Amino acid sequence: MRDLTSSFLELIRLAATDLPAEVEHSLQTAQAREAPGSAAAGALETILENVPLARQNSTPVCQDTGTPIFYVKFPEGWSTRKLRDQIRQATAQATALSYLRPNAVDSVSGKNSGNNLGDDYFPTIHFEETEEQTLTADLMLKGGGCENVGAQVSLPNAQLGAGRDLGGVRKVVLDAVHKAQGKGCAPGILGVAIGGDRGSSYYASKEALFRPLQDTNPDPKLAALEEQLTDEANQLAIGPMGFGGETTVLGVKVKSMHRLPASFFVSVSYMCWAYRHRSMVVDGADVTYI
Amino acid sequence: MHNLTIPIPDEAIRGLKVGDPVSLSGVMITGRDTAHKWMVETFVKEARPPEGDDREVYEALKDLLAGGAIYHCGPVVAGLDTKEYRFVAAGPTTSTREEPYQGDVMHHFNVKAVIGKGGMGPKTLAACQEVPGVYLHAIGGAASLIAQSVQRVLAVHKLAFGVPEAMWVIEVKDFPAVVTMDAHGASLHAEVEARSKTNLERLLAAEVR
Repeated sequence: MRDLTSSFLELIRLAATDLPAEVEHSLQTAQAREAPGSAAAGALETILENVPLARQNSTPVCQDTGTPIFYVKFPEGWSTRKLRDQIRQATAQATALSYLRPNAVDSVSGKNSGNNLGDDYFPTIHFEETEEQTLTADLMLKGGGCENVGAQVSLPNAQLGAGRDLGGVRKVVLDAVHKAQGKGCAPGILGVAIGGDRGSSYYASKEALFRPLQDTNPDPKLAALEEQLTDEANQLAIGPMGFGGETTVLGVKVKSMHRLPASFFVSVSYMCWAYRHRSMVVDGADVTYI
Repeated sequence: MHNLTIPIPDEAIRGLKVGDPVSLSGVMITGRDTAHKWMVETFVKEARPPEGDDREVYEALKDLLAGGAIYHCGPVVAGLDTKEYRFVAAGPTTSTREEPYQGDVMHHFNVKAVIGKGGMGPKTLAACQEVPGVYLHAIGGAASLIAQSVQRVLAVHKLAFGVPEAMWVIEVKDFPAVVTMDAHGASLHAEVEARSKTNLERLLAAEVR
């Protein structure tokens, strides 16, 4: 089996330092909507100055390089044990090279491991064997500020007047955006999961974030909900950094899952504007980064 | 643009209003979750006796924070092996986690400027009026850009807390921020929260179209 350690290192470098063009473009569009001279316009201006600088100098877009979350889809024949070792090695190397901040803290002793290697859950690695001929590794760096403002609600919820339907989902999401204010580094991107159990629901809410920012949900009901939620979240007028303004979210991605008759979870993963994610495709000897 | 030099005199603090852009120069110190808990438990509330180098660090902090600025930041730092430290990425972290501690820390050390992101609550706003002090909002995520305003790393305290949680003494030049809580009781965060709550209630009252 070939050694992908150096390719994983490049994947991490790209994710940490080179914001995807579609996110940058969306931030530019947002800036054009804000009143010239406003605090919101100023915040986006600074953000848009930082993005190319980080790319050019190969330095982290944000100092909180977050939890590295890997999703690896591989064809038959790869060893997940070896892939895990290679990902962990690459993560430690990326930390030594200052692409990542040492972020793994022992919850009992408070000690930082210093190299981003914690227990089996740090970094987070998901494996899935597929029928494809290529191996694909998706990486998301999710910072703590935005992770802290995520929300999970079990419907029905009397306080929000939210029932077990898409109308109830809408109320949960808008309430979560309001509670987040600017603390998740607005304008954010929302990954929303409906259904599942508590664990699978949060997992799916992060998976939903991997969809392209400008795509349309294939399910027309969910597509309509995504559009409505983006529009209404922006009507809250929390604005970039919580300074007030036109853009509070850049997009909303919803995923529906089966649930138990007794459970109806809505999980919201808030991703900050610095949506650092990258993919790598290994096809024979070729490695491509997207 | 208000150019502020640390230590910041009271007149300069009282002259600042919510919405004012500022540019900071001088020596400031980073401090976040572990540092705030440690400062308050050991020296403000004296809930546990100082140990190790606690007393020594405290003496250094008293000088640095009198009229000074504390920055909620967990930086990416290069040169850890050679101790020739350099800030690579240094944006603000979410300040609200320090809300239980910040007002006490401001009073105890006479801190004039708290720098972070996301704003803080009523206890800190009250301290801003009493001390007097201000809350300065830096742009979250603009880490490479902000690191460029850090001229030198002068010292580091409590590196045992880990790189993000250590207290880094840094010299900055033209560090960019915006006043979002002032010494006159105004808070942009309280204002935006209230306005967005009205908007939320209006939206929740309507059902899905």
